[in-house]
Amino acid sequence: MDFASFASQFVQQLVNGVSLGSIYALIALGYTMVYGIIRLINFAHGDIYMLGAYVGFYATTMGKLPFLPALIIAMVVAAIVGVVIERLAYRPLRNHPKIAVLITAIGVSLLLEYGGMLLVSPQPRTFPPVFGNEIYNVAGIIVNLQQIIILVISVALMIILTYVVNRTKVGKAMRAVSFDTDAAKLMGIDVDRIISYTFAIGSGLAAAAGVLVGIYYNSIDPLMGIMPGLKAFVAAVLGGIGIIPGAMLGGVLLGVVESMVSGFISSTFRDAAAFGILIIILLFKPSGLLGKNVREKV
Amino acid sequence: MKGVLKKDLLVFGACLVVYAVIQGLIEVDFIGPFWVLNIILICINIILVTSLNLINGFTGQFSIGHAGFMAVGAYLAAVCTVKLQLPFIVAILAGAVAAGFLGFVIGLPTLRLSGDYLAIATLGLGEIIRITILNIPYVGGASGLMGIPRYTNFTWVFFATVFTVFFIKNLINSTHGRACISIRENEIAAEAMGIDTTRYKVLAFTIGAAFAGVAGALFSHYFYIAHPASFTFMKSFDILTMVVLGGLGSLTGSITASILLTFVSAALASYPEWRMVIYSLMLIILMLYRPQGLFGNKELSLKMFGRLMGGGKNGSANGN
Repeated sequence: MDFASFASQFVQQLVNGVSLGSIYALIALGYTMVYGIIRLINFAHGDIYMLGAYVGFYATTMGKLPFLPALIIAMVVAAIVGVVIERLAYRPLRNHPKIAVLITAIGVSLLLEYGGMLLVSPQPRTFPPVFGNEIYNVAGIIVNLQQIIILVISVALMIILTYVVNRTKVGKAMRAVSFDTDAAKLMGIDVDRIISYTFAIGSGLAAAAGVLVGIYYNSIDPLMGIMPGLKAFVAAVLGGIGIIPGAMLGGVLLGVVESMVSGFISSTFRDAAAFGILIIILLFKPSGLLGKNVREKV
Repeated sequence: MKGVLKKDLLVFGACLVVYAVIQGLIEVDFIGPFWVLNIILICINIILVTSLNLINGFTGQFSIGHAGFMAVGAYLAAVCTVKLQLPFIVAILAGAVAAGFLGFVIGLPTLRLSGDYLAIATLGLGEIIRITILNIPYVGGASGLMGIPRYTNFTWVFFATVFTVFFIKNLINSTHGRACISIRENEIAAEAMGIDTTRYKVLAFTIGAAFAGVAGALFSHYFYIAHPASFTFMKSFDILTMVVLGGLGSLTGSITASILLTFVSAALASYPEWRMVIYSLMLIILMLYRPQGLFGNKELSLKMFGRLMGGGKNGSANGN
């Protein structure tokens, strides 16, 4: 492979990686926010993403809605489901050992997957083409319309999220609860309500990712959330779990690495690459790229 | 010490009776092939669950990659019998040694991590093991290793299970086991008391992995095939679920949970589409009402034994 073709292949994979990575980032944000606030690895998060994809699917096929309203409906439905799950399955166990909540989260995840199969049949569905199939050829690099839309929507959502977390009262409360729950409670913050908001926002973002993936790959099925869910979790850990910019960075990095591995080595090692990164980062910097090391005190 | 030995012999005798009864029922065809399959699955699950309980429940190191070690045992044992024509017992031991060795190699660096980070790392390692196997053509790659002889029968699994449970029980009641429990209770305090925490964590991890290898060997020699899809992280979650449901740090709890959940999933087998839905709902409800697991960290039989014999030695070991 001469240098020119290598370079163009590299840039091509970079483009693919960034659009895949921005989807991971959207899912990872939900993981990281929930972890940051109640220290729970919410295994059901990947399934919320699947749910979002299905709501988007039904909104565009049966509801005949255009893209943007369908996206918003999917986000709202997922947000409600996320809040209900937290209320029914996680809140009663708030003061119990973390492992009990983790098992419950696994239970919820299985329930969503197999309940979903029961409701919508296990067969994959074809997502209707919402956008045209325009392909732009920029100096030998192929970019299609879907990739641009994924990038634009993800960046827009991340900007909105950053604004909410950093500039609004709810965001301030979220940061306070995540910093120190008891102190936040003493300052008069309704912690339960803030946790509900966190679940709503995280689930909404995952649903947006689900709709975008449906449009990108044209195919959705009830088990689609398992792998992206895990990978997004890896992305969250990579950036530093509990840190919002970390999830964005981790997601994009993971997407790029995966694209590079499947482009230059072999696509069967794609999944191993994600977990390999996970192990390396955990061994050398467990708090993640943007995390700070916290020493355990007696 | 004598009391413990006597009790052990008593329990072992009871095990022999249980074995004789079940084996007899299988011989006279009272228990059909479907339930034989499930009894074997129960035994394999007991091995997996008690060995994971040693890591998670007794040593307090949160590992969720147990299926990976099971896969190593399953594949290596299958290679031994299929490609090298070795006897079954050698294959089982080879599977156990390989899984244990891998557990040692993986455990050494990863056990520096704690809590959720360790959980994630083990989850990732389990998946890496699976994907690596998936990419080795020698063992069949994605289509799995086929044509494994069915050596596993009730006798094999039953005695492997009894051995596992006794081994882990006695380990826990030994100095080494107490060291492991002290790490679970408070790692820093244990270290201050002069316990080499890294050594004991790796020890528990290695032994747990080795028994997972045994379970894997038995598993692949019952189902004629070792397939990468049998060892996904969902399998690890299955094992973890049984550990937590039975109670972290309770061997009798692990056994009960393995029997209960395997039976539930067998009983629901005739409603395939509802099976996982009911299973997951049951899991959520059980966790909501019994977050510490069925038995907490108490042992069922030992407590009862203790009361019967006027406060036996082990009664206080896992209580309070």
